[in-house]
Amino acid sequence: MRIKIGKMYIKNPIMVASGTFGYAKEFERLMDLKELGAVVTKTITLTPKKGNPMPRICETPSGMLNSIGLQNEGLNNFIEEKLPYLKKIGVPVVVSISGDSVEEFFKIASRLDREDIDAIELNISCPNLNRKTKRERLIAQDKDATYELVRAVRAHTDKTLITKLSPNVTDIVEIAEASTRAGTDAVSLVNTFLGMAIDIKTGRPKLGNVTGGLSGPCIKPIAIRMVWEVAKNIDKPVIGIGGIMSSEDAIEFLLAGAKAVQVGTANFIKPDICREIIKGVKDYIKNKGHLLKKGLNIAST
Amino acid sequence: MKDIDVKILSNKNITHTYYKIVFEAPYIAKFSRPGQFVMVRCGNGQEIFLRRPFSIHRVALESFEILYEVIGKGTAILSKKKRGEHLQVLGPLGNGFDLSYFKKGPVADAFLVGGGIGVAPLLFLAERLVRIGIKPVVFIGAREKDLILCEKDFRRIGAELHIATDDGSIGYKGSITDLFKGYIRELKNKKEGCLVYACGPEVMLDKIIRICKNKRIYCQVSLETLMACGFGACLGCAIETLHGTKLVCKDGPIFNIEELISLKSPDYEN
Repeated sequence: MRIKIGKMYIKNPIMVASGTFGYAKEFERLMDLKELGAVVTKTITLTPKKGNPMPRICETPSGMLNSIGLQNEGLNNFIEEKLPYLKKIGVPVVVSISGDSVEEFFKIASRLDREDIDAIELNISCPNLNRKTKRERLIAQDKDATYELVRAVRAHTDKTLITKLSPNVTDIVEIAEASTRAGTDAVSLVNTFLGMAIDIKTGRPKLGNVTGGLSGPCIKPIAIRMVWEVAKNIDKPVIGIGGIMSSEDAIEFLLAGAKAVQVGTANFIKPDICREIIKGVKDYIKNKGHLLKKGLNIAST
Repeated sequence: MKDIDVKILSNKNITHTYYKIVFEAPYIAKFSRPGQFVMVRCGNGQEIFLRRPFSIHRVALESFEILYEVIGKGTAILSKKKRGEHLQVLGPLGNGFDLSYFKKGPVADAFLVGGGIGVAPLLFLAERLVRIGIKPVVFIGAREKDLILCEKDFRRIGAELHIATDDGSIGYKGSITDLFKGYIRELKNKKEGCLVYACGPEVMLDKIIRICKNKRIYCQVSLETLMACGFGACLGCAIETLHGTKLVCKDGPIFNIEELISLKSPDYEN
C-alpha cells in the first residue's frame, strides 16, 4: 500500500488536511497519530498572523463555513515549538505554508529546506482574505501567478512540493497544469469553496469576515469531479480533498484518480475518524484492490 | 478528554424550553471540573453537522447531567432523544473555574451569578464549593418565575439564594445585575474577601464585568461562542484578550475578567 508522492513515501493513503488538525498535538489523546499516512500542519506564515474577526465559523447543511484567516504564530515559533513534536510522531510531516508575496513563500521554503520535514504544501488557495474592502485574486485563481510562485519556490527547495489548488476557478485543470510545468511534485485539491451565509433576524452576515470557505460533505461531489478532471490530465500524483467523512468517501476519491486523500472537517466532528477511514480503505484494497488498479470504469456506464 | 459513546439515562423537559439530560459516563463524571464542557453529537452529521457544546451541570458517581435550552435545530433533536439511546460525547473540555483560591479553605465568600440557562454550570460549582466548606451566595435571574432554574437544587445544598425576575413574579423585580450590584454595595467592607463566578447572556456578563472591574472584585466568567471542534484545532472560537489571542474552548471557557478587553463596546477600563 506504500505510496510515493515526490520523494515522500506514505504507508497508507490517508493524510489529514491543513487547518483541521492543528499541529497534531491537539489530537494526541484522541487518536493514535502513528496510524496516519501523513500529517499536514496548519498553514504557517513568515510572521505571526492574528486571523479574522469573530464569528469565524458557521454551520451549513452538511458542512460549515470558516473564515479563520490563517491564524498562526509564524515560522520561527513553528520550528521551535511545534516541529519537534511533529517529528517525534514517526509519520511524514507536510508543512503547509502561505505568504502575501512570492518572496515570503520562498523565504519560508528555503528555511524549511534545512529542517527534517518530508514535504511542503503550498497553500495558494485560502479564500479568507479581507473581503470587506478588497477583491483580490488568489494565486491559485491565475495560472501564470501559480506558475511563477511554484517555480520560485522550486528554485529554493529540494523538498517534495505539493501545490494546493482552489476550486474557485473556471478551469482547475489549467492551474494544475501550470503548477506541474513549474515543477510541483503533486497537487492537492480542493481547498474550500468561497461561500457566505446571512442571519435573516439581524440582516448581518454570519461570519465576521462576511465570506468564508465552505467545507464538509456538501462539497464532496464537486471535489470528486475536479479530482477526476485533474488526475486524467496531469502525470503527477493528485491528493483528493473535500468532505471525506468515511472510508467510502475516501475510496471514491481514489477511484476518481487520487493517489492519496486528506481528511479535513471530519476531524472536528469525530477526532479519531481517520482510524476508521484507514481501516476501511485497507479492507477495500485487500478485497477490491483490482478495481483501484483498473481505475475508474467509464466504458461500461 | 475522551470521545465516548454514552447511554442516555433520562431526558426530561424541566420547564418551558428547558431540558435536563443524564448520561451514563463514569469517565466524564470522574474527571470533570466545574465550568468544563462537553461536545455532543446531536444530529446525524448532515443537516446538523457540527457537535454542540454544553456545560456540565452536575456530576454523580457514574453519570453526569446537562441542563439545556432548545434554541435551534440541534437542541431540538437532542430534546427528542429517548432513554436508552446512545450519543457520542467528547469531554471533559476547557479549563473550568479556578478554585485554587480556596485551597487554604473557606477564606472568602463565593458569589455565583447566573442568568437564564447560564445557571447550568453554576450548580456543579456550588456543589463543589459546599464540599470544601463554602456556603455559596447564588444570584439567579430570568424573565419570569417559571423560567427560574435550579431554585430547589441550590436551596437543597444550603446556598443563600437571591432571585430576580424581569416581571417581579418572584424575587426582586428587575435585572439580576441590578440585584447583584445593590447587594455588593452593601458589602463594601468585605470586598477583598469575595470572589464572583458568572455565566449568562453577553449583556448580563458585560454588566457583571463592569461592576466587578469597577469595584476591583475578583471575578471569573464563563464565555460562550460558536465552536466547531471544542479542543483547540479549528481556531473558530478565538477571542482577543490583554494576554493575546486566546481560544474559548481551550484557554476558556472560563476567563478571569482582568484579561478581558470587552464583550460589548466600549472597552473596559483596566
